[in-house]
Amino acid sequence: MRRMMLNGSLVLTALVTIALCSLSWGQATKAEEDQRLGMESHIGKLTGHATSAQGNYRRYCVGCHGELGDGEGENAQWLEPKPRNFTLGIFKCRSTTTGTLPLDSDLFDTIGRGLDSSNMPSWNPLSAQERADLVAYVKHFSARFVTEKPGTPIEIPKKPELTAERLKAGQEVFQRVECWKCHGPTGMGNGPSAATLTDDQNRPIAPYNFHDGKRFKCGTTDEDLYRIFMTGLDGTPMPSWSDNIKPDEAWDLVFYLRSLQPMKSKEKELARQIGLKPGAAAAAAPAAQQ
Amino acid sequence: MTSARNRFASGVLLASIFLLFAASDANALPAFARKYGLRCSACHEAWPMLNYFGQKFKDNGYQLMNDRDAPIWQNNGYWPVTIRITPSWHRESTDKVAVDQTGGQQRITSHGFDVGGLDLLSGGTLDKNLSFLFVLSSDENAVFHFESVNARFDNLFGSPWLNVKVGKFELDNIVSEKRGLTLSGSGGGFQLYHFIPVGDSNFVGQIGDNQFGLEWMGHSANDRTRISASVFNSSDGNVDLPGSNSYTGFFAGSQAFELGKLGTQRVGFYAMVGQAPTNTLTSGGEPIPGGGFGNKTFSRVGFNGIFYLKKLDFQVVTQHGSDDAYFGTATAAPDALPGGARSAVWNGAFVETHYVHNPQLVFIQRSEWIRMSQQAIPGTPSNLGDIDNYVFGYRYMPIMNSRAGFAIHNEYSWIRQRGTAPDGTDLASSSVLLGFDFDF
Repeated sequence: MRRMMLNGSLVLTALVTIALCSLSWGQATKAEEDQRLGMESHIGKLTGHATSAQGNYRRYCVGCHGELGDGEGENAQWLEPKPRNFTLGIFKCRSTTTGTLPLDSDLFDTIGRGLDSSNMPSWNPLSAQERADLVAYVKHFSARFVTEKPGTPIEIPKKPELTAERLKAGQEVFQRVECWKCHGPTGMGNGPSAATLTDDQNRPIAPYNFHDGKRFKCGTTDEDLYRIFMTGLDGTPMPSWSDNIKPDEAWDLVFYLRSLQPMKSKEKELARQIGLKPGAAAAAAPAAQQ
Repeated sequence: MTSARNRFASGVLLASIFLLFAASDANALPAFARKYGLRCSACHEAWPMLNYFGQKFKDNGYQLMNDRDAPIWQNNGYWPVTIRITPSWHRESTDKVAVDQTGGQQRITSHGFDVGGLDLLSGGTLDKNLSFLFVLSSDENAVFHFESVNARFDNLFGSPWLNVKVGKFELDNIVSEKRGLTLSGSGGGFQLYHFIPVGDSNFVGQIGDNQFGLEWMGHSANDRTRISASVFNSSDGNVDLPGSNSYTGFFAGSQAFELGKLGTQRVGFYAMVGQAPTNTLTSGGEPIPGGGFGNKTFSRVGFNGIFYLKKLDFQVVTQHGSDDAYFGTATAAPDALPGGARSAVWNGAFVETHYVHNPQLVFIQRSEWIRMSQQAIPGTPSNLGDIDNYVFGYRYMPIMNSRAGFAIHNEYSWIRQRGTAPDGTDLASSSVLLGFDFDF
């Protein structure tokens, strides 16, 4: 009996200790966050202040991203993909190299643009000042913004002239760096690895389907598309290809990917004229590998 | 601390018991919040009043303009229906009521538990850029009418400047009474939106009433610039009226601009110009539907604006109104006008202020004044019918999420109209309102 009581006491003590540690860790985390409320953002001539954004964060953002910015708002359970966990300081849409923090302007642009294929709408009805304040508030959730500087923005060379050769070269790049493994031989997002992909929090994630005409997550222009595969989308399986693709080749890939989209474009028209069939080269690759 | 918390909770509970609301036909659809996973506060400064984000959503035809708009993306369990009702306690007090028993006048005060009408709302997208709104409203006796019924074609030819709405709809007032935050029965509405001079027979010039017609509305991509024009029956939104063979136009425009840390400001104008019959053909003494004739003109023009000073915002509306002498003297054309009759003309304005302490607590005041500048019949006291109205209150939303709306509302309103008591003196009334306002 005494032994049972002893065991019970030990278990109880352990549970209480764990609970207290969790509580104290939670309080410490919150306290650290509060200390970072002095965070600022700088976008052009605008200076955002985290303290000024508390009301708007509560009004617009907290339902999904949560009080603690951990992506665990009340709506999170209903949403797919899940809201971003700001405490990690990892962001998909950046102009900076992979693994580094985004510029303030990157976060500012994301808030204003929204993220297609997610529940994050465009918040551009908010004033520029309000969005700048929210950028500062988003940053205050992660200690990374205290200890690290943003990365260096990648350089995007001027877009070259579209030619048939470049379009074909783009298809070869698509084949060589094995874009098709995730995005599928024809870019429909149905590659052999597609079903197994997860994000950095081990949640299933689907590769982009170039044929459904949706906007890219991180912008709509050719430059945005170039930037996406040179910076990668941190937190997702989409890596940065900046070490594997030369700038010229990256532009070739942009041209090719544009030709896959359903919208009318110069690239699509040229592909039709030269008889470039999506997936023709890629389809041969798996067989050749086998 | 616990004791203080308990006292606070008890206070809220007790206050809640006495809370009362009179329902307005406000449009706030938690169904949208459920669809998009956004809190009420994303679209509403304090529901049902829209903020800039909500206004843009509405102007885009209930679309966020992303891939979550189209019905195909909606969860099978999504049901775009909202109900709103307001159980309440209220106290109404009116001065100078003629009383038979005493043969004189006295103040009558009544109070008790009550319920406002029920609003049944449905709205959303039928397809990309095709939206609808349906609002069925009842009075406290569950007598229903169609408050809004319209279909809207949005972004025609891919342009945000081409949106067309047909049916019964709220006029494009950027300061919307339907989305107002004041609810009391006496003075809770915007007097300026429903003003009719004493002795005037024109009831169709009320810019606060929903109308049957067609509206074109255009806006810039960021919704900072808005412009609209509508044409509708001169029937004050009623159906089968004898004098419905006439039309009224309503035109509105506004421009928003950012003012640094103060926030986004908006200034605009509106103009309502129309004509309506002053007479009607009858059959067996009953008006014949569509038999109206003797059309005369009326107009309402003014400026409006929404100004932010951080947590404080001001909604300002001015109006210059004019009714033809036939309306002003309630004369059926072509009968002869009383000697010296002329148009009834007035000016008015109101300022409604909100202090948004946080998205869950807002304090409200509105001050409103209407002054006759010209009586239709010479010799009439110049201030007959002038109105002063003051409203104060707060609205507290103890819970706020993306599934439903719930608010505790407390309000006091006082209104006085010059010279309209039975003895020709001023008539004043007041209203206290405590209630639950909820919709789902």
